[in-house]
Amino acid sequence: MKKLIYLVPIVVLAALAVMFTVGLGRDPKTIPSVLIDRPVPSFALEALPDRGKPLSSTDLTGQVTLVNIFGSWCVACIAEHPILVNISKTGEVPIHGIAWREKDPRDAMRWLGRHGDPYDRVGHDADSRVAIDFGVTGAPETFVVDPKGVIRYKHIGPVTTEVWENTLKPLIAQLRKSP
Amino acid sequence: MTRFLLPIIAVMMAASPVAAVQPDEMLADPVMELRAREISKELRCVVCQNESIDESNAELARDLRLVVRDRLMQGDADDQVIKYVVDRYGDYVLLRPPFKASTYILWFGPLLFAVLAVFGGWRFYKARGGSAIAATVAAESAPPPLSAEERRKLDKLLKDTDGAGDTA
Repeated sequence: MKKLIYLVPIVVLAALAVMFTVGLGRDPKTIPSVLIDRPVPSFALEALPDRGKPLSSTDLTGQVTLVNIFGSWCVACIAEHPILVNISKTGEVPIHGIAWREKDPRDAMRWLGRHGDPYDRVGHDADSRVAIDFGVTGAPETFVVDPKGVIRYKHIGPVTTEVWENTLKPLIAQLRKSP
Repeated sequence: MTRFLLPIIAVMMAASPVAAVQPDEMLADPVMELRAREISKELRCVVCQNESIDESNAELARDLRLVVRDRLMQGDADDQVIKYVVDRYGDYVLLRPPFKASTYILWFGPLLFAVLAVFGGWRFYKARGGSAIAATVAAESAPPPLSAEERRKLDKLLKDTDGAGDTA
């Protein structure tokens, strides 16, 4: 029994090794959101020039919606954009956009002209006030909002086909069945 | 002495962390501005995570600095401003972890390990001075008892030595 004590350092080392190995795979940029299961912050954003359909918090009730934070300056947004365009073509779920921190809102319009416009409504958040209310740490980020206007999920980083098929789509189906 | 010290102090002051606050962000009232700076130093920049928003050049940090100043101008107390940001980004944005149930291990962990180390050391020395380990070590290093045959040989040898006088 006494000899078991000599195993303690090895056990501690093994535990640390496991901890650090798991930690290596984690992205330190993903900060757990405190907004999950809280109502969307109340806001009213102006539309992009000549696009119409501005976005405010009252537009986020009545049905399940996606809210996507993007910007014409955001490189990762280009990567996820074709997937959003595809989702909007299937008509599965309305996607609303928040064009975040555009120096000139016309940049966002040009960007949507070039890459396609999957959005129903788009609001322009020039001074980050709404992005900060959403606890956004970077673009792109995508929120799933239930029919009561409560945030149910936040995806940090580009939406990939896997994220859509494995996470967002099942969640949306589930929220429609039992909100 | 001051002739030496003054330049050194001047250089050290120049090397102190430089804030990222731009002149156009600053509040006109220096007292309010000072409060904003103190609050900003407590808040983590969520983009470049080991800097406070006071030090960070990230655009989101700038936007947060402006929010802090905005809240102050609207009459918020310092802790209300901090609560405003924590409500949106969680305890994560606090550079000083709050003291609460989920962070007890953080605050008490070092103390716990110190107590364990002292206790372990005390046990070790007590055992070594008195009984436990010493006895174990003695038991383990003691040779096996002599067999009857060996005992007989040894007795014979000892008797011989006695007869031959002191040769040891």
